[in-house]
Amino acid sequence: MSSLALVGLSHHVAPVELRERVTLDLPAAAGLARSLGDAVCLSTCNRTELYVVGEDGGRAAAALTEIAGEPLEGVLYRLHDDAAATHLFRVAAGLDSLVPGEGEILGQVREAYESVQTGPLLDRVFRQALSVGKRVRTETAIGESPASVPSAAAALAAQVFGDLTGRRVLLIGAGRVGELAAANLASRGADIAFVANRSAPAAQALAQRFGGAAIDLAHLEEVLGDVDVVVSSTGAPGTILQAGDVPAARRRPLFFIDIAVPRDLDAAIQTLDGCFLYDIDDLEAVVAETISGRRTEAVRAERLVAEEAARFAAWRASLEVVPAIASLRAHAEQIRRGELAKLGGVSERERRTLDAVTQQILNKLLHLPTVRMKEAAAGADGASYADALRHLFGLDDER
Amino acid sequence: MIEALFWPALLGYGEAAFAYASVRTARVATWGVRLGWLAQTALLALEAVRADGFPWASWSGSLDLFVWLVVGAYLIWGCRDSFRLLGLAVMPLAAALFVVARVGGGTGAGARPDYPSLFLVLHVGFVLAAFAGFTLAAALAALYLVEESRLKRRSADILRLRLPPLTSLERLTRRTIVWSLPLLTLGLAAGLVRLRQEGRPLDALEAFTLVTWLVYGGFAVLRPTGRHSAYLALAGFALVIVARLALAGSHFG
Repeated sequence: MSSLALVGLSHHVAPVELRERVTLDLPAAAGLARSLGDAVCLSTCNRTELYVVGEDGGRAAAALTEIAGEPLEGVLYRLHDDAAATHLFRVAAGLDSLVPGEGEILGQVREAYESVQTGPLLDRVFRQALSVGKRVRTETAIGESPASVPSAAAALAAQVFGDLTGRRVLLIGAGRVGELAAANLASRGADIAFVANRSAPAAQALAQRFGGAAIDLAHLEEVLGDVDVVVSSTGAPGTILQAGDVPAARRRPLFFIDIAVPRDLDAAIQTLDGCFLYDIDDLEAVVAETISGRRTEAVRAERLVAEEAARFAAWRASLEVVPAIASLRAHAEQIRRGELAKLGGVSERERRTLDAVTQQILNKLLHLPTVRMKEAAAGADGASYADALRHLFGLDDER
Repeated sequence: MIEALFWPALLGYGEAAFAYASVRTARVATWGVRLGWLAQTALLALEAVRADGFPWASWSGSLDLFVWLVVGAYLIWGCRDSFRLLGLAVMPLAAALFVVARVGGGTGAGARPDYPSLFLVLHVGFVLAAFAGFTLAAALAALYLVEESRLKRRSADILRLRLPPLTSLERLTRRTIVWSLPLLTLGLAAGLVRLRQEGRPLDALEAFTLVTWLVYGGFAVLRPTGRHSAYLALAGFALVIVARLALAGSHFG
C-alpha cells in the first residue's frame, strides 16, 4: 500500500525570517511538487508543507533545506499516513492557523491541490481535506466573526445597518488601519463617499482609489448629514470632531469608528441619540471576544476533524484488503470459467443459463466474505484477515 | 377527546419558550412552534366544527384565537435563525396566554349566539389579528432596545451573540404596525357600527381600544425613528395587554 508523508515547517516553530525564505508562489510550489513525483506543495506565509507519496519524506526534507539555505533540524516536522492526513484536515479547517478558523487557508489548499496532477492517495486526502474545511465552516461558527480590527469595524457597521450596500462612508485621515477598515466596508458594498485628510494630495489619492470625493478637514460638518459611517484614523494630537458638530436632526443612525491614538472623535458623540462610537480599545475588545468564541468553536471543529480522520483511516485500511478480495474473486472466477469450459453436449441457450446461474452463485457466496473483510479492515484485523484469505485459498495478489 | 390536542400544542409552545434560549436548540424550538401551532390549528378547527356559530366570541375563546394568530404571525415574520431572541420574547408569552385561555374555559365557553357570525368574524377576527401584529411588533421593538443598548454600551460580545441589525428591527417593527393598523381600523369600525345599531355607550375596553388605535395611528403618521419608535411600539402594546387582560370583563360580560 502507498504511504503518505508530510514534511514541512510552520508559524508554530519557524520564525518569520525562515518562513519567508521557503515561501513559494503557486507556480514554484507546483514545480517543486512535480520534481518530487506524486506530491503537493502547500506554501503560504505561515507554512510550507510537502505531501508526498511513496517515500519517507527524505527527498522532500532535502528540497526544503536547499531552498532555506540552512539546516532545518528542529523546525521541520514529519508526519506519516493517517497523522499526515489528520494534519492536512486541521490545516484546511483553519485549526492550525494563527487565528483559528481563518478562511483563506481553504482556498490555498485548493489551489495547491489543483496546481498539480495527483495520484489516487493524494487525490483522496486533498478532496477529503477540502470537504472537511467546508464542513467545519458550515457546521460550526468558527469563521463567522471577524478576527481583526478593520473587519470588526465593518461587521459592527453591518450590525447597525444590516446590508451595507449603498451606505455612505466618510474616511478621515489616511492611516493604514483606517484605510483597511474602509476597504472592508467597501467590500461589503459601502460607498466611500468622502475622504478628508490634512494633506490634500493624500486625500485625493485615497478618494480616487475608492471612487469618492476628497474634502478638506475643515468641512467635515458639512458632509456629516450625508453619511452613515465615519472612519477616523488621523495622527492629529487632539479631537477633530466634537459632539456638537454632529447634526441633531437625523432620521437614521450614524456609526463612528475612531481608530486613532490619541482619539480623533469626541467621546460625547456616544451619548447622542442614534449615534454609536467605537474607539480602538472597544474594537480590540470585540476582536478578543470573537477570537475567544472561535476557540470555543474550535473544540467542535476538532471533533469534526477527528470524525473525518477516522473515515480516512478506515478507507486506507480497506485498501489493505482490496488486493486480497480482488484476488479471491479472480480465483473463483477462473474456477467457474474452467468448469463451464469442461461442459459438453449443452446448447448455447443452456450455456448462457448456466453462465448466469453460476455467476449468481459466485456473487452470493463471495458477498458476505467481502463485506466482512472490509469491516475487519476498518478495525485492526485487516492485514490478518487478508493473510488468512491468501493462505486458505492459495492466493497471490499479483495474479 | 378534541381537548387532548391542547397538550401537544402547549408542549410545542412550552418547549420553544425555553429552547430559543440557546443557539444550539433554536432549530428544535422552531420545530416546537410549528408542531404546536399545527396542533392548536387542529384544535381550533375541530372546536369550530363542533360549535354552533362563531366560537371565539368569548373572552377565553378570543384569547385562544389571539395566541394562535400571534404564533402564526411569528411563524411568518420572525421564524429565522437570526431572530432567535424574538422567539424567546414571543413564545413564553404565547404559552402563558394559551394556558390562561384554557383555564378561562377555552374556545366556545360562553359563546355569543345573539351576534351574527359575519359581524363576529369581522370584529373579533380583525381586532385580534391586529393585536397579534402589535404583539409581534412589540417583541421586535424590545429586541431593538436590547441591541441598541448593547451597541451603546459597546458590549464586547456583540458580534459573538448576534441579534438582527438595528435598522432591520426598526423597519420590521414599523412594517408590522403599519400592516396591523388597517385590521384594527376595520375591526373597530365593525364594532362601532354594531354599537350604533344597539344604541349603547362605549364600554371601558372599547374606549381603551380606541386609545390604542390612536397611539398606533400616531405611530403610522409621525413615523418615529430609533428608540422613540421602539418606545411607542411598546407603549401601544402595553395598552393591548391592558385591553386584553384587565378590561376584558367590561366587554365580554
